[in-house]
Amino acid sequence: MLLTVVEDREPTPEVCALARSLDPVVEAVAYGADPGPRELARWGVTAVHRIRHELLDAYAPEGYGEALAQLVARLRPSGVLAAATEHGTEILAHAAARAGLPLATDCVSVTGGDPWRLVRSRGGGMLLEEAELAAPVKLVTVAPAAAVPAAGPPHAVGECAVAEFVPELEPRHVRARVVERAARTEGTGLATASVVVSGGRGVGSAEGYAVLEELAGLLGGAVGCSRVATGNGWRPHRDQVGLTGTRIAPEVYLACGISGATQHWVGCMDARTIIAVNTDPDAAMVARADYAVIGDLHEVLPAMVAEIRARRSVHSGPVVSEERG
Amino acid sequence: MTSERRVPSRADVVVIGAGIVGNSVVHHLAELGWRRIVQLDQGPLPDPGGSTGHASNFIFPVDHSREITALTVDSMRQYEKLGTLTTCGGIEIARGPERAEELRRRLASATAWGVPAELVGPGRVAELVPFVDPGIILGGFWTPSVAVVDPLQAGALMREQATAQGALTVAAGVQVTDLRTRRGRMSAVCTDAGEIETDTVVIACGVWSPRIARLAGARIPLTPVVHQMIDVGPIPALAETGTEIAYPIIRDMDALMYERQSGPDLEIGSYAHRPILHEPDEIPSIEAAALSPTQLPFTQEDFDPQLEDALALFGSILDTPGAGIRHAINGLLSLTPDGAPVLGETPEVAGLWSAAAVWIKEGPGVGRMLAEWMTGGDPEIDPHGADIARFYPHQRTPAHVRARATEGFNKIYGIVHPREQWTSARPQRVSPFHARERALGAEFFETGGWERPQWYESNRALLDEFGDRIPGREHEWDARWWSPVIDAEHLALRERVAMIDLSAFAQFDVSGPGALDYLQHLAMAQVDRPVGRLCYTPLLTPGGGFRSDLTLVRLGEDSFRVITGGADGARDRFWFTRHLPADGSVSFADVTSAVCTLGLWGPRARDVLSACCADEAGDLTNEAFPFGTARRITVGTVPVLALRVSYVGDLGWELHAPFEQGLRLWDTVAEAGAPFGIVPAGIGVYGTTGRLEKGYRLMGAELDAEYDPVEAGLALPRVKSAEFVGKRPYLAARETGPAATLCTLTLGAPAEHADESGIPRYPQGGEPILTGDGERIADRKGRGSFVTSAGSAPSLGSYLLMAYLPPEHAVEGTRLQVEYMARRYPVTVARVGRTPLFDPDDTRMRS
Amino acid sequence: MEVLVCVKRVPAAGARVPLTGDGRDIDTRHLGFTIGPHEECAVEEAVRLVAAHGGRVTVLAVGPAECAEQVRYALAMGADRGVLVDAGRSDPDPEATAGAITQAVRTLTGGEEPFDLLLFGDCSADAGHHQVGIRVATGLGLPIVSGVKALEVAGDGLRMRREAGDGVEVYRVPLPAAAAVREGLNLPRYPSLPGRLRARKAELRTVAVEPEPGGLRTVRLRQPADDRAAVVVLGHGAAAAPAVVDVLDELGVV
Repeated sequence: MLLTVVEDREPTPEVCALARSLDPVVEAVAYGADPGPRELARWGVTAVHRIRHELLDAYAPEGYGEALAQLVARLRPSGVLAAATEHGTEILAHAAARAGLPLATDCVSVTGGDPWRLVRSRGGGMLLEEAELAAPVKLVTVAPAAAVPAAGPPHAVGECAVAEFVPELEPRHVRARVVERAARTEGTGLATASVVVSGGRGVGSAEGYAVLEELAGLLGGAVGCSRVATGNGWRPHRDQVGLTGTRIAPEVYLACGISGATQHWVGCMDARTIIAVNTDPDAAMVARADYAVIGDLHEVLPAMVAEIRARRSVHSGPVVSEERG
Repeated sequence: MTSERRVPSRADVVVIGAGIVGNSVVHHLAELGWRRIVQLDQGPLPDPGGSTGHASNFIFPVDHSREITALTVDSMRQYEKLGTLTTCGGIEIARGPERAEELRRRLASATAWGVPAELVGPGRVAELVPFVDPGIILGGFWTPSVAVVDPLQAGALMREQATAQGALTVAAGVQVTDLRTRRGRMSAVCTDAGEIETDTVVIACGVWSPRIARLAGARIPLTPVVHQMIDVGPIPALAETGTEIAYPIIRDMDALMYERQSGPDLEIGSYAHRPILHEPDEIPSIEAAALSPTQLPFTQEDFDPQLEDALALFGSILDTPGAGIRHAINGLLSLTPDGAPVLGETPEVAGLWSAAAVWIKEGPGVGRMLAEWMTGGDPEIDPHGADIARFYPHQRTPAHVRARATEGFNKIYGIVHPREQWTSARPQRVSPFHARERALGAEFFETGGWERPQWYESNRALLDEFGDRIPGREHEWDARWWSPVIDAEHLALRERVAMIDLSAFAQFDVSGPGALDYLQHLAMAQVDRPVGRLCYTPLLTPGGGFRSDLTLVRLGEDSFRVITGGADGARDRFWFTRHLPADGSVSFADVTSAVCTLGLWGPRARDVLSACCADEAGDLTNEAFPFGTARRITVGTVPVLALRVSYVGDLGWELHAPFEQGLRLWDTVAEAGAPFGIVPAGIGVYGTTGRLEKGYRLMGAELDAEYDPVEAGLALPRVKSAEFVGKRPYLAARETGPAATLCTLTLGAPAEHADESGIPRYPQGGEPILTGDGERIADRKGRGSFVTSAGSAPSLGSYLLMAYLPPEHAVEGTRLQVEYMARRYPVTVARVGRTPLFDPDDTRMRS
Repeated sequence: MEVLVCVKRVPAAGARVPLTGDGRDIDTRHLGFTIGPHEECAVEEAVRLVAAHGGRVTVLAVGPAECAEQVRYALAMGADRGVLVDAGRSDPDPEATAGAITQAVRTLTGGEEPFDLLLFGDCSADAGHHQVGIRVATGLGLPIVSGVKALEVAGDGLRMRREAGDGVEVYRVPLPAAAAVREGLNLPRYPSLPGRLRARKAELRTVAVEPEPGGLRTVRLRQPADDRAAVVVLGHGAAAAPAVVDVLDELGVV
């Protein structure tokens, strides 16, 4: 039997599919509220273990991990899989630490057997690591980009069994716990924008971003930047695209004066279309982009702004006259 | 201007490299009329990732080398013309007394080469650069013309101009995969973007040059070496200037560092750390390098010791809160075995030119020099110190390059005595006399890899005999790498007889039906003389300057021996082989390694040689064996080619023997000479004291491509009818007369050249000659007057200087001054022209 | 406040991460080494905390003697003491690393002031296992919050903020505690020259430990396949603007 950790009531399809490829029997573990047994069953989960404890009303990484460790000790699953999210990784890490088990994070593929052979994504995908995981219970977090084996037909529609599990917890297990929760206010514009106009070393100064702001405004997008820009104090860290900043997947990513270090690339590589503007035709960003303009962004961007304005005024011209007419 | 990855299939010249050097070369080639120039670089433009892209970009014009200063001054003019030069001034500071003395010597070089500069006190330094702590320095050498330049921008403009002239195609991002040769000459450049047929290629690839040259089977002797740089900032005091550079650059010479403003930051560079050498093959690719292939990861521990020095001098700003080390690299630059650039056509492959190991400060000047060289065979600035042909084979080996670069790294900002000897990679070439010389306590100096005794400690006893005629040198600098024993050996030669190891001579045998015409074509003097006669002759450049001077011996109708100095042997060999006719009518053999040479000179030389030369050819009388002739004799059991010639002006012979019998020759002569009081004498006598008393000129000192035979006093009474290289300008020089004439000057009595402590000082060469009023002297071609050679003249009881003087000063008896270590001493023009001061009629030599 | 910061020596790569021929390692012949961005923020935070509240910053690295370079870097930023943990192996797995740090901390605090705060980077810049801090905190019985992007002393504990999913979570933990922080927590300073000089002269303490190996073993590394199509160059300079706008138009974002 293999356990998967369910976060926020929603099963993670990749995790469930991967779990089923590793063990015919997949069960889930959920915390607190309704685990969605019907939904889980659709993904082939036969039972869900619902962890309940009054100390776990608020998210507490340690307590969540301790509870999972206790459940694992009771169920002796072959492995535990979770999505490689903040909570998923954290809970598994705590459980692993408490149970004295190894943990492989950010896996993109897992092959069963003993040991498990797996491929980890390092540095947001800049390197792949082939590794072996040997343990009585194998703990793995699954990267979003995981190569999921073709799943067999979903199990019969219905509901999976629900079992309650009450761990033995003490207040010391919840010394670190969420006391406030709020919606994200910063960085969301960047994360969700369909167009991101991003600038790096080539922008040259904080003031240099004015033209990027202007272009982003025209396109209804957000402004991003590279780590160089953050390090120079030109932009706040919340604007930083990259491994240690925000990882984005917009429709269009316009990389201006950005050389394309791996640290940046892994933050923007999921964009559907990448356009690079750079004086250096051999910059890594240019080589990896879909489209490129070779030139100084301070010449190219103003020309683009002017071009867009010109097209719009031509476009809007007749509309205005129609209204007049 | 556009650059592309397609390459043309043919080119008149392919220049590989788009750093400052390659860009300057294409520009000047285009200016000189070259067309179909193709320039390649593996990297992108404008910064392909070589050393140009991370250089510190400042220029201090003054160098002790005239050639390097001339290249630098020319480069500054070019940068300025392109609008890429910002003058900020610069100060080289002294923390200790030795450096203060070195700065005084620098002032002499500045005056000699005509660069305005002055010595300033600590207070003035602090005025110019207010954040320097004047308390820890003794003074500075202030050069107002020091500047920073933008070599990337300059290079881009140069390429643009050449492109606009329709002369240049640039291809960036192109890898050279092979260089093809046909019969020893360039034929094609193969790249990953196609093949280019061409017979001329310039390698201007900086640290990659050895790798590219090897594709053609040529060797460019340089090694990549790390120079560390850090940027500290932001510093409000610098930021508020609002400019890239508002303060003079400081070269903290004793700490082997420099500090310059770079916007809000202070950039600190160091030549103090351990030498960190890299292999050209191990330079990372553009892809694998984190920054660029020539900006390697900083190794902090190497730089750490310099931080204290930097803080001591610049504490007031480096200590600013918030200022941190924002950028730090191990930058790669090129270092050669002797520290000079590597320029010119490679000896291995005709049509393959090297333009490597060049600093930003020399780049455009080197571009012009090389283009002139490639076009007319003769650059305006004499290139001999940078000529790639100067290296002997062993000097082009990676092991030698590494050893000398390691030793030379800390000399970059070091105090290097003009006679200072290298210590690494020795000994390389030793004469058969070497074991005896060592036993005699020889102090060896190195020339062209040869170990040559400069003097012999075994002769120290001669000081008892001659000491009263030999002034000591009280000042350590003047006495460094020198011994009064040299003067004692000199006097023993003049009074008795001495034997001198001359095995370092480079010797070539030239023979065949075309030999005479071939040598006539190269030599200024008449070569067509009877068999057995010697001929001293200059070889001229196409422009009529000196390419070489040497002795020819006519061994037979169609066979000649060429004997030239060890220092220039490799360049001379290149010159001779490159001019060989293609028809095979001349055969050339380098016999340097087969022949050893022992000089035997002095009034008792004939007695000594007679005593060991007992066979039928033993008649050594002046009638039987006159001056200027050669004969084969037997010395003991050793067959010897004896030449009645002298560079020290006394009776005697050069004895040329089979190398393997050299030791026997030495022992025979030494034994036979013992009753006559023979002594071994070193090159100190041969190359300096004996030579100077006789007014003999030395290639590389008095003679170079910038002076002609008329000026050197070596014009011959008649001009031979045969054509020869440089004849036309030689004839013109005879018509117009000299712009300057080589003169011999004398220092006065010791008190006249004593410094502030009362110690008599002795100029060592390179010092400016000034008028009695202290004005710099320059001739009508703009060439300053400076000391070309200096040394004592024990037989004359004086100290001699040689210098070219314009006609108004080239008058015997004229009183002038020499500036040495920032003091001026009176000198007198003792001789104008070539007539010796010692034994002016050559009676001793010809007796 | 006694703060311990754990840093890791990692290669500083450029546009590509070069690998050795056998794929077992990153080819570091031409690379420098650094501490990761998250850890740089951890050092900066520790230095600021101590500046505000007094105490000392101790910085620790597990690995070979060369790690001294990274420890000294942190000292140059303002940390007070440096510790090298010699675990006897070149690249221990995360369990072993955590074991090494845990043992080292016990050694360091034996008879001395215990640490009030342990700071880690959220994950190392090379391997990125996301677990060493948690394992150490667990081993030492300390509460830990990971992914921290804001941290302040509040009363006798800490108030920490982090992003998780779509939300922001705020934690309060009593001291002693641990935190694994993320870049963006602060803007780390560059080491000053006087700092660097101090760091050079500082004596580093070496603690030898013998951690048990864990169950995760790296077999080899490889580059991900690059299946993006070749770039289309739309032109040079300002003249290319219409072509770019055409592309944006096609993509429907103008």
